Amino acid sequence: MTGVKEVLGAVVAAPLGWLARLLDTPLRLWQRLAGQNGMVAFFLLPNMAIFTVFVLLPLVINIAYSMTTGAALFLPERTYVGAAQFERLLRCTDYTDLMTCQEDQFWIALRNTGTFVVLQVTLLIVAATITALILNRALRALSFWRAVFFFPVLLSPVVVGLIWRWILDRNGVLNAALVGMGMDPVNWLLERNYAFSAAIGVTIWAHLGFFALILLAGLQAIPRDLYEAAEMDGTKPARVFWRITLPLLMPNMLVVIVLALIRAVQVFDEAYVLTGGGPGTATLFLTQYIYEVGFASLLKNPGLAAAASILMGGVLIVLTLLQLALGRKNERKGKLK
Amino acid sequence: MKNTMIALALGASLMGTTALAGDVRLMWYSDGVEGEVMKDLVARFNAENPGINVILDEVAYKVVQEQLQIQLEAGSGPDIARVTNIKTLAPHWLDLTPHLTDPEYWRTNFGAHADWMREDGSEAITGFMTQLTLTGGFANATLFEQAGVALPGEGATWDDWVNAADQVAKSQGTAAAFAIDRSGHRISGPAVSYGANYIAADGSPAGVDDGTKAFAEKLVGWVEGGQMLRDTWVAASGSTYRAAADDFINAAIPFYYSGSWQIANLSTKIGDGFDWVATGSPCGTAGCSGLAGGAALVAVKYTQNAEEVAKVMEYFAREDIVKEFSERTLFLPAHAGVVAKGGMNWQTEDKNVGAALDAYVAAAGDTLPAADALPAWKWASPYYGALVNRISQVMAGELTLEDAYARIDQDITEAVAAAQ
Repeated sequence: MTGVKEVLGAVVAAPLGWLARLLDTPLRLWQRLAGQNGMVAFFLLPNMAIFTVFVLLPLVINIAYSMTTGAALFLPERTYVGAAQFERLLRCTDYTDLMTCQEDQFWIALRNTGTFVVLQVTLLIVAATITALILNRALRALSFWRAVFFFPVLLSPVVVGLIWRWILDRNGVLNAALVGMGMDPVNWLLERNYAFSAAIGVTIWAHLGFFALILLAGLQAIPRDLYEAAEMDGTKPARVFWRITLPLLMPNMLVVIVLALIRAVQVFDEAYVLTGGGPGTATLFLTQYIYEVGFASLLKNPGLAAAASILMGGVLIVLTLLQLALGRKNERKGKLK
Repeated sequence: MKNTMIALALGASLMGTTALAGDVRLMWYSDGVEGEVMKDLVARFNAENPGINVILDEVAYKVVQEQLQIQLEAGSGPDIARVTNIKTLAPHWLDLTPHLTDPEYWRTNFGAHADWMREDGSEAITGFMTQLTLTGGFANATLFEQAGVALPGEGATWDDWVNAADQVAKSQGTAAAFAIDRSGHRISGPAVSYGANYIAADGSPAGVDDGTKAFAEKLVGWVEGGQMLRDTWVAASGSTYRAAADDFINAAIPFYYSGSWQIANLSTKIGDGFDWVATGSPCGTAGCSGLAGGAALVAVKYTQNAEEVAKVMEYFAREDIVKEFSERTLFLPAHAGVVAKGGMNWQTEDKNVGAALDAYVAAAGDTLPAADALPAWKWASPYYGALVNRISQVMAGELTLEDAYARIDQDITEAVAAAQ
């Protein structure tokens, strides 16, 4: 068997070695001409080109779009309006009354997204922590239970939305069960609070497994001897959690919080399929607002959608910087230890 | 050798970016069975015209609504498309006149609707209506009969219909008395029946008038009173389109206001489940108007095969093909010659269909001028969108009707300004 492996290895390695020898001379020559820094730039160039074409350029175009108006697609054909789109989005007579805002639905979407982020992230973190703590215990069929909690993560967000819509619809499974038990059906997706709660619940269900897995990895990295020492001292379980588990889980917890915040700000697909933004505008979130203004309405306004997406991007940049700062802080702590 | 390589590379790059000579891409969506009929017609055309290859791209209606405009603004898209938003996108349509064998045939037979699909003041021939539609109602005759409630007769008002349907709903335990599709187009015929006129004297959008307010008030009242199915309008935001056809098909509502394009859909899905009838449009204070409309097959001006596109369009616009298409799809034809000759042989065994089509043909004579002007009016789409968006907010308890009227006016003004 070993012989076969060696032969296969040689077959694979031969052309690579030949390619390396072929490139050796021109690369040496290039290094002599360009210097050490030039070589670094040379090898970074492909990645930078991809980044420029697919990230930087669309970003610049988006900023340019936000300063224009009209239905035309190409920038030179669009009318320059400066900051008028931002002004339209942000102008309110009275900021305590959203109905006085010129673009009231942007503010409604902003308020809904803010409320969603606070509630969803809080509940998600609590649920993910409890799930991770349970999965960290020596349960029967532990792998099965881990797979059960992780399974929704593998589903497409549209599928998640549809499944739950079938459950929560007026003629859905849940109401059929309620009627079967002699109770009155409930319009889950037509009452503001129920629909908002459903959007939160469904997104938690869909993402719980992912975050629980990160926390589980953190729990498993905590040295067992700390728990043994606490047990010998007769420490109560709640005190063990607050004084040992949570502090040592904090690096993973911070990553989870920031990732969950970013995902919550971007909420769209599951909620859109589930509620369509309704009832009324009760579950209209920022991403759906941008989608409708830019793409779905009968008279599209890509300039306004671009301006709204830049404002949303600002929030996401702050959250990303927060994540980077926390990551660096954890790294420094790790080095000090 | 070098020249050969350059030629090959150039050829390959051209193949990747342009349509092959003779290829004609046709973007098509379906409401009912027309996709199947179209496939058959395309196959026959391809067999009869070996030099032209029509490729039928069947897509969802949402794709036509959301993606086609972006493709057109980018100067690309299909060669021919079936669209409903025909006036707004008119700058993108190809003037077929120089490519047609007999432009007069088009003017004679499709001239009545030519303005619907060309820019104001233009004389271009850009396509033809694959079908004419008219908004109107459907009643579940079986449920009415079981409830012992008579179907309201000719001249019955919206209140008569809603009250009768409400009696049926209470007697038969349905979810609600009736539903209207969540669409500005759908509520505009009824609004005109109450005296609405969206178009100002100079052709710009008029403010929300008493006629529009009268019907909007009724809609909100019917939702609050539980007569109108809440799900269709309240369970979505923005100007999202939602049909209530499935609720009618599942006998969850005894009365449904939509339009003639639903006939094939209802026939296919209801089968012999229950008897249903087309009712025309209930009356308001100014008349009993529905709103005409339909889907058009239009040529896109960015095509690189204009001659082939014209040949394909001429084939589908032929009198015998229009007649066959209409008979098989159960759509009302828009071809003046076909309409004048009559004698349509509707391809169905469903006894409800013939009567329904006849009812729609009869109701076509009841449309009011303010409704007839809307299909060719370029600001109809933003008007419809604003109506749906804001009236559904009132239904959800987020706005008062007075606030909604102010918002509708503001939304339309801003949409018009942004588009100019």
